[in-house]
Amino acid sequence: MSNGYVVPAIVAVTLVTVGIGFYGLRLARTTSDFLVASRAVSPTWNAAAIGGEYLSAASFLGVAGLILKYGVDVLWYPVGFAAGYLALLLFVAAPLRRSGAFTLPDFCEVRLGSRRLRTLATVFVIFIGWLYLVPQLQGAGLTLATLTGSPYPLGALLVAVVVTANVALGGMRAITFVQAFQYWLKLTALAVPAIFLALQWQADARPAVTPPDGPTFRTATTVVVEHRATLTLPDGDIREVRPGDRLEFAAGDPVPEVSGAATGATEWLLPDTAGEDDRGLFATYSLILATFLGTMGLPHVLVRFYTNPDGAAARRTTLVVLALVGVFYLLPTVYGVLGRIYTPQLLVSGQTDAVVVLLPGAALGDGTTGRLLAALVAAGAFAAFLSTSSGLLTSVAGVISTDVLGRGSVRGFRIATVIAGAVPAVLALNVSGLDVSQVVGLAFAVAASSFCPLLVLGIWWRGLTDLGAAAGVLVGGGAAVGAVLLTVLGPPLSGWPATLTTQPAAWTVPLAFTVMVVVSMASRRRLPRDVGATMLRLHTPESLRL
Amino acid sequence: MTGAEEQQPSGRPAEAAPVPGPRASTPAGEPESGPATAPKRTRIVLAEVSRTGDPADRTRSELTQQTPVGETLVQGLMRAQLSLALRLSLLVLIGLGGLPWLFAIAPAVGRVTVLGVNLPWLLLGVVSFPFLIVVGWAYVRLAERNEQDFVDLIRRPER
Repeated sequence: MSNGYVVPAIVAVTLVTVGIGFYGLRLARTTSDFLVASRAVSPTWNAAAIGGEYLSAASFLGVAGLILKYGVDVLWYPVGFAAGYLALLLFVAAPLRRSGAFTLPDFCEVRLGSRRLRTLATVFVIFIGWLYLVPQLQGAGLTLATLTGSPYPLGALLVAVVVTANVALGGMRAITFVQAFQYWLKLTALAVPAIFLALQWQADARPAVTPPDGPTFRTATTVVVEHRATLTLPDGDIREVRPGDRLEFAAGDPVPEVSGAATGATEWLLPDTAGEDDRGLFATYSLILATFLGTMGLPHVLVRFYTNPDGAAARRTTLVVLALVGVFYLLPTVYGVLGRIYTPQLLVSGQTDAVVVLLPGAALGDGTTGRLLAALVAAGAFAAFLSTSSGLLTSVAGVISTDVLGRGSVRGFRIATVIAGAVPAVLALNVSGLDVSQVVGLAFAVAASSFCPLLVLGIWWRGLTDLGAAAGVLVGGGAAVGAVLLTVLGPPLSGWPATLTTQPAAWTVPLAFTVMVVVSMASRRRLPRDVGATMLRLHTPESLRL
Repeated sequence: MTGAEEQQPSGRPAEAAPVPGPRASTPAGEPESGPATAPKRTRIVLAEVSRTGDPADRTRSELTQQTPVGETLVQGLMRAQLSLALRLSLLVLIGLGGLPWLFAIAPAVGRVTVLGVNLPWLLLGVVSFPFLIVVGWAYVRLAERNEQDFVDLIRRPER
């Protein structure tokens, strides 16, 4: 499909982002400029900026793709991505702001006064940041390949280079205005086409989402397979397909059943039920735990809370973020559901993550409206890649330059940025087979099993010691990291081992909490002497001016 | 609420103002000869004098010096905030976390349709978001009330 509006739209978003970044940089030159200027920003603007940085490729493309493929069970992804902010609000927001910590390693030092724990936290920040950057680049490669026919590595490398150069040269330094702009752009880019799509669905006499005979192709379609799969054709034939295979379907042909995806109507429409196989239920609860508790441990989320003037404002900002993110997550479901009707070929080709960018063209036809809306969606998708990867890269490069290279100079930061950008770019070229949202889910699982217990116990329990914290992060977080590496690099697994490694949070999070509490109680003598003063600072309102 | 807290003077001046004694002793029958020529008399009170014996300050130093009384006060606030957070998470745990279990043991619930949409889609895809926002809103209100109670306790410990 060649759409003349797509490339200009993507170029425009990139230029505007880079441009505002550089313009903003001229206004705010020093660190204090940046912080003080941010403090003049109202919670609403600040919240839009946090939302802009948070809504990544996984939210913009991945969630809709997963819904198209798996149906109702993956609605827990958007619910969990939003609910993560509630957990952040309830347990972390205000005390963390009052602690004055800028990053997670800072928090470790403020609360437990241990340099070694700080180093350990740094390692985890870098790992989570990289793991989260990979799907962003992957999404970029996929979008560009789908819309312009370029090879997959081109898009991934392009975004990696643009973002790395931009962050290294100093643009896009978490300028509130840029990120807030990105939030509204992303919301518009999904909401406006969604309205047109819903109207088109009405005009087509409301075709059933789950027709009794299974999904069918509306038009004659040629599918180029992207991922190895086993197809069960309607006449009962079983056929293995490999990447590059071309399949022809006439209009009205039923969509073959695809291994791994929920092609059947009931499987897609109805939640997992209890029975002989409880792996589905375990995976659902694991996902809930990872997303609910993982948000608070993401490196690029916490940094932004420092821009609130005080604890109460941090709370209000989090509430607004929850509302903004909640509104956004109503939309991917619309794309996933309508994708069943208008783009069933993605189930066969395996490129379900492309549903958001392909749906406007497929449903509205090749007219000007369809093309303009497709370009708008593409622009929104690029806003998602750019804003999230810039935020992540800034955070990761920040900790690399201060905690690993050990120099706070601009030169050090630039070297750190190049290192921080190169690793995920290499990884992104090798994981194109994974769903975007699943990789992000793994990043959440690692964050939930390492930083979540550290933050929650550090804020609410006096008894936490540096030894306990380190042991919990190492055991719980280490187990989650192991599961991630096994999923991404290891051999394909099946049965319970597969479930336990692809959705590890349900066992790694309790493990991390338990180890942290037990080791802390065993090492009571190492309690920091100033724990009383720290708790006083974390929990008393600023208006007392103690 | 934040703005209101900022504007409220912190502690001492607020309590000094409503004390009627010294104000009333100002000569009431002062001749109104003209504000330009005769500036109004200003009362100057040494800050040190007003500070001694102020119960609010005693509590404040209990806090900063971490005496047993101060520790107990902070622990009380922490306990109030933590139990609020835990109660609301329990609400979410039951309200949202119970759903997969409910769908699993009672598959009939998943087949119920409202306005042509299956109940699980409606609950997860639409209703869960306003639910989360309402819980968050309630938390912000109640947590700020807890903090206000704490501030009042420090400023007027006799109550």
